[in-house]
Amino acid sequence: MAKTFQGGVHPDDRKRMTAAKPVEVMPLPARVIIPVRQHIGAPCTPIVKAGDLVKKGQMIAEAQAFVASPVHASVSGKVVEVAEYPHPVFGSCTAIVIESDGLDEWLDGLPLQREWKVLDAAAIKDIIRDAGIVGMGGATFPTHVKLAPPAEKKIDTFILNGAECEPYLTADHRVMLEEAERVITGTQIVMKVLGVVKGFIGIEANKPDAIEAMRIAAAGTGIEVVALETKYPQGAEKTLIKAIVDREVPSGGLPMDVGVVVQNVGTVVAVANAVEKGIPLIERVVTVTGGAVAEPKNIRLRVGCTFGQAVEFCGGLKEQLAKIIMGGPMMGMAQRSLEVPVIKGVSGILALSAADVNAGPERPCIRCGRCVKACPMGLTPNMLSILGERGLYQTAKEEYDLLDCVECGSCVYVCPAKRNIVHYVKLSKAQTAAAAAKK
Amino acid sequence: MSAEANVQTRMLTVSASPHIRSDESIARIMWTVNATLAPAALFSVYRFGMPALTTMVLCIVVAVATEYLIQRWRDKPVTINDGSAFLTGLLLAMNIPATLPWYMPVFGTVAAIAVAKHTMGGLGYNIFNPALIGRAVLLASWPVAMTTWPEMASKVDGVTSATPLGILKMQGYEKLVAVFGDKAEMYKSLFIGTRSGSMGETSALLLIAGGLFLIYRGYINWQVPVIMIGTVGALTAVFGQDPIMHMMSGGLILGAFYMATDMVTIPITVKGQMVFAAGAGALTVLIRLLGGYPEGVCYAILLMNCVTPLIDLWIKPAKFGARR
Repeated sequence: MAKTFQGGVHPDDRKRMTAAKPVEVMPLPARVIIPVRQHIGAPCTPIVKAGDLVKKGQMIAEAQAFVASPVHASVSGKVVEVAEYPHPVFGSCTAIVIESDGLDEWLDGLPLQREWKVLDAAAIKDIIRDAGIVGMGGATFPTHVKLAPPAEKKIDTFILNGAECEPYLTADHRVMLEEAERVITGTQIVMKVLGVVKGFIGIEANKPDAIEAMRIAAAGTGIEVVALETKYPQGAEKTLIKAIVDREVPSGGLPMDVGVVVQNVGTVVAVANAVEKGIPLIERVVTVTGGAVAEPKNIRLRVGCTFGQAVEFCGGLKEQLAKIIMGGPMMGMAQRSLEVPVIKGVSGILALSAADVNAGPERPCIRCGRCVKACPMGLTPNMLSILGERGLYQTAKEEYDLLDCVECGSCVYVCPAKRNIVHYVKLSKAQTAAAAAKK
Repeated sequence: MSAEANVQTRMLTVSASPHIRSDESIARIMWTVNATLAPAALFSVYRFGMPALTTMVLCIVVAVATEYLIQRWRDKPVTINDGSAFLTGLLLAMNIPATLPWYMPVFGTVAAIAVAKHTMGGLGYNIFNPALIGRAVLLASWPVAMTTWPEMASKVDGVTSATPLGILKMQGYEKLVAVFGDKAEMYKSLFIGTRSGSMGETSALLLIAGGLFLIYRGYINWQVPVIMIGTVGALTAVFGQDPIMHMMSGGLILGAFYMATDMVTIPITVKGQMVFAAGAGALTVLIRLLGGYPEGVCYAILLMNCVTPLIDLWIKPAKFGARR
């Protein structure tokens, strides 16, 4: 029996378009736009200026705060501009624009060869920090911070999140198939840093080939590959932990409160590359797909190329666009244009047609209860939407557990009245936070 | 068209996640419920003849027209295509005798749509089941007409007779069994629907079949009809009545599958709905055995509608991470 959690929904996974397609390497972009903030936390400070020559892998903005992560040049060439550019998450952000010299030269000494087993945890954490590694599933939380829980939080379990429960996305799937050894190495490194012996890899049952590949690669390491029921949001941290080790992250808490740390597949591969080869995080695998894309693909691209360039590499658009999404269709962020740069947390670029989106006018709640059944957090999403709509944000927070909502979107997916519940939740969270800040 | 020319980014929708939705819609739910009622409705036309058909059409047309006029007058989006007004009309028709003079169903339907539904704010905001309010208004306004039941058209035309529950109330259980011949004949008649009553009260079989489909589609929870009917059976047995007769009589099957499951007016959690169903079943028995009316399903459900908000405050889903 595949393991799972309470609630959730079964959207059509729409992964057929790309699941069987090996990762293709996208040609070097002529120009990259690299935002100095590609993580949750304080922005970085640029350490290059227009006119500087940079090499691939060179740090171009440094992180001063602990919760921050440096950024590196993803191509070799000349810095032409340090200016405000569109950003897929923050709207706009200072970015370093590099014109490629076409040579794609590494910084001197890279890639190097290093044996991770001889390094101690502190040294590995420093490498991870300096390599600019962040959570690549989309949250972009700095990995070195996640791997350094406070001493009073005893971590005993590591879970690698290979669920990839979002429809459309197949990037992690392909990485697990094509780079199974790297995934295991990265997992072992992370487990060493955390000092844990219990490691799991959770994969949804709709990827039997990935489960098989990871089981073979994990043989003899003690890392257990767990088949999970194909159900959204199986890959959300809290539901993933519940399914695999049957622990519930307390309301308002974090995975470390139940002794667990979770990382994404792409992230541990980046960790393996940083620790063994000294390579910072400058490229990633992205699924470019959606009903409006001519040839959906999984591609390996450089951080800083634009969404538009990635779409062009996939044959361009074949249909009128309704939405451009960074990430998956359930939790990803809608974009204003194709000119935004790809950052470290972009797992998918979705070009959705109107038929994909299926929005429709919002109607009053008819109290059908589908959202309540779907909510993995055990909330009453219908009330959150009604209270948010009426501006009763405090009531939502105090009496209906607003802050426990993980915004997975299961409720909106099943809502027959097409209510924008997550919109109201985000609005209510922002309003209550603003009200709290004022006090 | 070249791919380049096709990139029309100014038309992009930028909104909060999620960006895909299921095909489910209010219209799909309501029309499905209507469709599952169709066999029982057609059966009542077969049993009661033209008056049943005309009353049904009248209720539906008036329900849809009333909703249309109110929404036009209030300058709100017209939503008559979603099937909810149609459903209210159909359900009301199935809750009344087929032989009422035309102005009574019209009055009841207007009360259902205009008062019970739209004074509250329309679909989703109504506290009470509109069709049951329509029935309650009619019962209060024309009590004699509302309890005068047509004999089956397939038997002797134009002859009125009491419903099984009416006979039970006025003349006792022995008389009721005697009317049908014996107990087995009575059960069979109640189940298949060869007896007098409201249009929708007659065939337990077809109503259950429709309800089972709604359960299969996930539009209603099986717990509601099972608990409501089960409560009636258990309590009538405790009080020395014939539970099988009670469970198949009156509007219980129709009410349990189609009105105690009206999503707008019942609690939102399954647990809350179970409390609702048990309460509605208990009130039904109370009214049938102790009240002045032979039948109590309508008032039982309306009374439980009143406490739905309280049940929702009392019973909430189990929050993830609240227990360790």
